[in-house]
Formats: sequence, C-alpha cells, structure tokens
Amino acid sequence: MTDRERQKRRSNARLAGRLLLMAAGSFAFGYALVPLYDVFCEVTGIGSRDRLTQAAVVEAFGPDVSRTVVVEFVSSTPGTGDWEFHPNVASMEVHPGQLYETTFHARNLTGREIIGQAVPSVSPARAARYFQKTECFCFTPQHFETDEVKDMPVRFIVGRDLPTGVDRLTLSYSFFDSGRFARQGAADNG
Amino acid sequence: MAHHEHAAEHAHHDEKPAGIMRWLTTTNHKDIGTMYLVFSLAMFLIGGLMALVIRAELFQPGLQFVDPGFFNQMTTMHALVMVFGAVMPATVGLANWMIPMQIGAPDMALPRMNLFSFWLLFFAFMLLLSTLFLPGGAPAAGWTLYPPLVLQTGDAFPVAVFAVHLMGASSIMGSINVIVTIMNMRAPGMTLLKMPLFSWSWLITAYLLIAVMPVLAGGVTMLLTDHFFATSFFNPAGGGDPVLFQHIFWFFGHPEVYIMILPAFGIVSEIVQTFSRKPIFGYEAMVYAIASIAFLSFIVWAHHMFTVGMPLAGQMFFTLSTMLIAIPTGVKVFNWTATLWRGSISFEPPMLFAIAFLFLFTIGGFSGLMLAIAPADFQYHDTYFVVAHFHYVLVPGAVFAIMAAVYYWLPKWTGHMYDMKLANIHFWMSTIFVNVLFFPQHFLGLAGMPRRIPDYATQFSDWNMVSSIGAFGFGLSQLLFVYIILKAAKGGAKATAGVWEHPADFPAGLEWTVPSPAPYHTFETAPEVK
Ligand code: HEM
Ligand SMILES: [Cu+2]
Repeated sequence: MTDRERQKRRSNARLAGRLLLMAAGSFAFGYALVPLYDVFCEVTGIGSRDRLTQAAVVEAFGPDVSRTVVVEFVSSTPGTGDWEFHPNVASMEVHPGQLYETTFHARNLTGREIIGQAVPSVSPARAARYFQKTECFCFTPQHFETDEVKDMPVRFIVGRDLPTGVDRLTLSYSFFDSGRFARQGAADNG
Repeated sequence: MAHHEHAAEHAHHDEKPAGIMRWLTTTNHKDIGTMYLVFSLAMFLIGGLMALVIRAELFQPGLQFVDPGFFNQMTTMHALVMVFGAVMPATVGLANWMIPMQIGAPDMALPRMNLFSFWLLFFAFMLLLSTLFLPGGAPAAGWTLYPPLVLQTGDAFPVAVFAVHLMGASSIMGSINVIVTIMNMRAPGMTLLKMPLFSWSWLITAYLLIAVMPVLAGGVTMLLTDHFFATSFFNPAGGGDPVLFQHIFWFFGHPEVYIMILPAFGIVSEIVQTFSRKPIFGYEAMVYAIASIAFLSFIVWAHHMFTVGMPLAGQMFFTLSTMLIAIPTGVKVFNWTATLWRGSISFEPPMLFAIAFLFLFTIGGFSGLMLAIAPADFQYHDTYFVVAHFHYVLVPGAVFAIMAAVYYWLPKWTGHMYDMKLANIHFWMSTIFVNVLFFPQHFLGLAGMPRRIPDYATQFSDWNMVSSIGAFGFGLSQLLFVYIILKAAKGGAKATAGVWEHPADFPAGLEWTVPSPAPYHTFETAPEVK
C-alpha cells in the first residue's frame, strides 16, 4: 500500500466516522421530538401531558353572568373490556368564571380488580386552554374492585377570557386500563 | 505506486472465487450492485404478487378469496416490500454499479461495509417475510405502523420492528458509502459541478437517508418499548399520545418519498440528454432544484395529518410549504422539456420510459397539489384518491425511471444489446396497463371509496374491475421484463463502449469510456478529466 493510498483510507474513515455521528444525531433527534411535541402542544394550547394535573390558577374574578356556554360531556372506553362509564348529565349550561361540579358514573364489569386512568380532551382545540379543572378523577389512577360502582366528580371553571364565538365545549373522557402505568400510591386511591 | 507491484495486484484482484463463494465474499462494487439489483427484482415480483392478491379480492364487491385480516396483511406487506425491498435497493444497486464508474473511482470507498449492508438488507427481508408464517400473521396495520392498531400485531411485531432496524442500518451504511465515495474518490478534474446528475441526485439522497432513517428507527423503538416495557410514548393511559407517532413517522415518511424519487430524477436527466443528443438544459439549476426539494421535504410532513385536528395556522403552514415544493419540481420538469426542445430525439426503450415518466410523474405531482390543499384533503384523505396519487409518483415515476435505467445501462453491464423489439412491447404494455390500473382509482377516491378495505359498496364496482384488469395486465408485462434481462445476460449483439451515441461536447459520465461489458476492475489508475 502506498502512502497516498493509506492517506486516502484514513480520510475515508474519518469522513465515514463523521457521517456515522450524524446518523447518531438523527436518532437522538427522533427522541428529542417527544419533548418538543409537548412544548409545541403547550404553546399552542392544544393539550399536553399536563392535562392530567390540576389547574394551578383559579379564576380570581367572579362569574361573567352575561355569557352562557354549553359544556357537553362524552365518554368512551377504548380497549378496557367490559365497563360502564358515562356522564351522569349529558350537558350543562355554565357561566364563564364560575366553579361547577358534575360526576361520571363508572362500574367495573371486567370480573377482576383493575386500575383505570381517565384521559380528558376538550374540543374545540382552540378553547381547550380556557377549560380548567380544579378537581378531577383523571388526576389520579382509579382503583376498582370487581364489580365496584363509583360516581366520580370533576370540578371545573371555564375561563372568562374564553374567545367570543365559542359557545359550546365538549369535555370527553377516555377510560383506560392503566395497571401497567399505575403511579405510586394509586392502589390506595380508591 | 511501483509499476510491477500494481500489475501483480491487478492480476491477483481479477481472479474471483467461483460459484456461490464469489457472491458471499465479494467486495467488488459491480458484484454488489448486481446483487442489489437482483434482490430488488425478486422483491418487486413478490410485492407484485401481494398486490395481485389485493386486486383479485377487489375485482368484485363482497369477500371472494381472502379474509379481511389477511387482506390487511397483504396491503401492509406489499407496501413495505415495495418501498424498502424493491425501490430503495434498486437505486442502491444502481448507485453501486454506476457511481464509481461515473466519477472515475476504482470502487466504492468502503467495500467491506458495502458487502455487509447488502447482507443485512437480505437478512432483514428474510425476517420480514417470515412473519407471514408466524402466529397472528404478518403486520397488518398499514406500512405507516400507526399505534394503537399496530400494537395488536401478533408474534410478528418485534420481528417486524427488528427488520425495520436492520433495513435502516443497511441504508445508512449504504449512504455513508455513497457520500464518502463521491467526496473522496472522484478522479482528478471531476469537480462536483461536472458530476453526472445521477451521482448528484444520489449524493443528496444519501444525506436525506442519514437524516431520517434513524428517526424511523427511533419511532419503531418507541413502539417496541410501549409494547413490552410499559413506556407510554403513544399510550394516552400513561400520558402519551398516538398522534406523536404520526409526527415522527411522517418526519421520516415525507423525506422518504423523495429518497425514492430523487435518484429517479437523476436517471431521467441523463437519459433525456442522451437521447435528445443535447446537454441537459440548466445543469446547475437541476442540482439546486434537487437540493431545495431535499431541504423542503423536511418541513412539509404534516400534510399527511391534516385530519388529526391541528390548529388553523398549522394547516396553512403545511399547505403552503407543500405547495412550495412544486416550484423546484416545476423547474425540473421545465428543464427536461427544454432539453427535448429542438433535440434530435430518438425513441429507444430507455427514452420511452423516461418520456412516460415525464408525463405520468407530473400527473402524480398534480394530484399531490390537490391533496396539499388542507380543506380539500378532508375529503380525499384515506380514500383511493391518495392511493392513485402515490402510485402515479411511485410506479410510472420511480419504478419507470428504474426500468429506464436498466434499459440504459444493461448493455454496459452485460456487454450485450437486449432485444429492442421485446423491450418496446414491454414499454407499451406497462404504460397502457399502469394507466388502466391507477387512473380509475382517482374516480373511486373522489367518489368516496376508502382505502385499505377488502370490500366496497356496489357503486364502486365498475372502476374496481377495470383497475384489477389493469393490475393483472401490468403484472404479466413484468414477466417480459425479467425475460428480456435474462436473455441479454446470456447473449446478444455486442455492445460498444459508448452503447448509445454521445456527441463529443457532451457532459456524459465516465462509464461510457470503458468497454462493454465493464471489466471487473475499472479506473484502477484514475483517469484525467479535462
Ligand atoms: C408535488 C409533489 C407532491 C405533493 C404536493 C404531494 C402531496 C401529498 C399529500 C398532501 C399527501 C397526503 C394525502 C393524504 O393522506 O390525505 C401525499 C401522500 C403520499 N405521497 Fe405525495 N406528494 C408529492 C409527491 C410525492 C412523491 C414524489 C412521492 C413518492 C415518490 C409521493 C408519495 C406519497 C405517498 C407514498 C403518499 C401516501 C402515504 C400514505 O398515507 O400511505 N408523493 N402526498
Ligand atoms: Cu408527503
């Protein structure tokens, strides 16, 4: 092997190494998309992992009685097996800025103990950030004995700065079997 | 380099192990190129067979031949095999054969890695195809692998994910090889802006591959850990979101469609200039157009997801950025047309396929523009209109360009001219049947027929029947293609070094300066390019 060839090989290996690093960088970028996605959802207000946590700010001003908004409740149980899960009232008329409470009915018919997690979603998406829950059965995993029945409360405020033009909101819950994701302390949360 | 040392090395190089060992151990770029191309042809036939199962079932409404679960396995496997097994390896095979010869390099820069990446791909596909025989069958959630559906795959799930990893690793290695070869191994005087457009298109494709294949690998790894290790990237029960997967997939997926079409652009550019006997119009513009398409392909991905519910600003952004791609694409179509203008054109088989590409790929581009209009896409999304769109860009687009390349370079590979008459018949049958097959799918989609279903409402019967007839005609025509290739490999009129006419002042690649068939080793001493 001549010197020139050896040199060429070295520079080939160097460039190949750099390109391999680039590929590793792309792999890392793929994973970076996960937090970036959360940030993006947060900024645009279309929902985020935070939706499972309690609203930090509670409306300081009183209700805006000049406005009435309809809040509809929807439920679904994707892949949880045999469940009863539905809102106890289908919809409510509310004033922005006032605290309301409603309940969802759930009954475990799966024939075994189960830990469930409700995941909320609000539409239209542009109104989602104005819908704040001060208490919700979705903040913690719910433990159910075989055949256990519960009425689970949710307390919410529709923000006073809800864009005009939105007069109807839908709050939907999907109820998942979350045994494998159960966070600490879930079991005694019944 | 001492003269006699070189001669000895040369003699040593030229003896290749006989029989199967040659193919298992070769690091020669021509051998590896051949292996990729043969592999790709085999996958094209297997994927085609799967397509015919689909079209047979859709020939009439009702369930005739297969159960819906198997139907879904066929649509999924057909797409995976065609994308990762047929189109991509074909362009890699062409790159292996042609890039060193076009730029005056003795071989690919990293020959052993080259061999390794081929066998990795081979093994990946053996794994993927084996899933057809596993309990629960092959993956059936579509080639886009969306969760949560894909998580219901049976035993095939981890196998398919592993196969995707291996394919990804293989294409990344292949790309590294292409880039290092082009950056470091060009003959003296072969500046980047003298490089034939096929090599150029592959240089950019290789960067795209390195940028996005690892993202797909990451995405399927997340699926894997969601399934087996209770992570919840995509599972809402644990705070994840299935829509995130769609973003990750299409961040890979849209550049992926350009990975399939950019080498085709390069091929068509070279063929159009050869058979118009005129240098390509606007060579530099062609290079910049490819580069800008590649760049834009990173910022349009969510046009596949208009219907998931994104903010209005998002819909507008992705509509407009997608439409922007039509500009560099338009530049390319314009320049091809301008190259034909006042050329002295002849219609040998490669040129026929290239011209069909020009017309039919453009139809696919137009339907793409229709789909890019967010409000319109709400109607078209997940209908046969989308199926018609991507098949126009992929079949008479990418696949026709690959066939054109085979007819263009086959005499260089085998040393024999192929049977022109049969090739003409192959061209006309393919072109007629591909339109019979895919054009009616536009009508079906606009009328509302959804994609990925084994049965349909009776008002869709007529066009489905026409489409299925086209499919079987197209499938049969490809047997002719195989026959023509085999016949040329066995014998035929001797091809000259130039094969086609190349005018003297012509920016043709160096492959036309070596004899046909190309000797086992070419450009061991680098040629001088003026
Ligand atoms: C002007 C150029 C193009 C435009 C504007 C365009 C636009 C689009 C849009 C908006 C969709 C999504 C439709 C939907 O799902 O509702 C789509 C789908 C698709 N396009 Fe294109 N496209 C273009 C070129 C290409 C090319 C060159 C290829 C490949 C060679 C390609 C392959 C595909 C594929 C495979 C899909 C379907 C993916 C799936 O859902 O399985 N497109 N295109
Ligand atoms: Cu796309």
